[in-house]
Amino acid sequence: MRPKVILLSLLLSTPLSLPAQANAGQTPPPARKAGAQAPHTGTPDRGQVVFNTNCSRCHNAPEGFSSRISGTIAKHMRVRANLSEKDYQALMHFLNP
Amino acid sequence: MKTSFPGRHAQHLRLAAFSLLVCVFGSVMPHARAQDTPLISGGVGFLTNTNRGSTSYTMTIAPVAEVPLGQRVLIESRANVLEAVFPTNPGYNTAHFAGISNLAADVQVNSHVTLVGGLFYTPFNTVSERLSPIWINNFQDFPIIAGIGVVGSGNSLGGQVRGNAFSNDNVSVDYTAYFSAKTSNEQFSARRTSGERVTFFFPKSGVEVGESVNFILEGVHSHNVGAHLWWSPTNSWFRFKSEYAHAAHAQGYWMEGAWRLTAFGGPDTALGRLEPVARWQQVFRNQADPTDGLPGQDQNRADFGLDYHLQHEVRINTSYARVFTAGRNGNIWETGLIYRFLFPAWKGKK
Repeated sequence: MRPKVILLSLLLSTPLSLPAQANAGQTPPPARKAGAQAPHTGTPDRGQVVFNTNCSRCHNAPEGFSSRISGTIAKHMRVRANLSEKDYQALMHFLNP
Repeated sequence: MKTSFPGRHAQHLRLAAFSLLVCVFGSVMPHARAQDTPLISGGVGFLTNTNRGSTSYTMTIAPVAEVPLGQRVLIESRANVLEAVFPTNPGYNTAHFAGISNLAADVQVNSHVTLVGGLFYTPFNTVSERLSPIWINNFQDFPIIAGIGVVGSGNSLGGQVRGNAFSNDNVSVDYTAYFSAKTSNEQFSARRTSGERVTFFFPKSGVEVGESVNFILEGVHSHNVGAHLWWSPTNSWFRFKSEYAHAAHAQGYWMEGAWRLTAFGGPDTALGRLEPVARWQQVFRNQADPTDGLPGQDQNRADFGLDYHLQHEVRINTSYARVFTAGRNGNIWETGLIYRFLFPAWKGKK
């Protein structure tokens, strides 16, 4: 009976989870090396400035982190560093180009 | 095999529960964008402290969890687990502690207002909220005046409103106001207080100035006042931090400078990983008060340290401090090996 239970559960959950997984699979950003230069410009990206300036206000920037948590880190900095909306958006763009 | 009714009932319950779990983890979490995976961070440290000839050892781990729920809510939590070995006469004894120091929900209302509810670090001056983690503080010991304004556990239990009031390319103004209820719960200890903090940050120069006020609303009512001045010049690894605090029966200040020697070949060279740090602090007592956690008499203290930043977020902290107190000067030697970790809570989908 257990395989039926599992199969039925998967059938029930599939319609809900498929769109979400499709969304999650879009544009996986590369792991970000903290403090790395923005690749598309010779001058520092505004988001990079926001990251470097505000991150180092409290602590050293991490050596690097997975791109999967870049949004979570930006949200953390929005609260702890009291970032403005403009700086938060620039930071999100920098961490997820 | 024939299944009895209670057996079928249990089977249906299992089916419902399992379906619910699959639905929740299969749909709700992946709706968060890939980069919004919850994270686990924190630090692990092995610390030694030799105070006037007595050496104690501390092993500690402070895990942090950050869980975003949608685009506007962030759950933050930090725990502290600590095991200390300290000298007694004769021999050694041990003590351990495990507790939660932060468990709060941050809800972004709009671009200027974020509501925080739960157990949070008291936003008075800078130490409690910004410098208390072992992987951040340059010295093992907090400044002497760190207890002012964050009486008790250093945590508040209640609500906080914070955000960025104004920002342009030249200045960023942020604010915090909070209220804390009194609780003596072992895990969520806090006192009835309220307070505010306003900070001005000038990004071009890297200067930050701020003021804090809080009110003790239980027992003998009093208030504390604080101010801080930080300077993190752009394109430099030099950092300056200072703070002043005034309580009912004492006041004091500290100032700290740190300069990582990246001028010698960059941050990844043997010398560039070295960071000399120095701190000077004074506390002035005008009346005895055993409740504020400060020394019973005037005290000066000078700290000199060398921090070494190894690869992979490992840091070695060493420091020497000379404490000047009337009739009882002393030396404090400290070392620490600290590892900071940061990774997604789960693998997630690419």
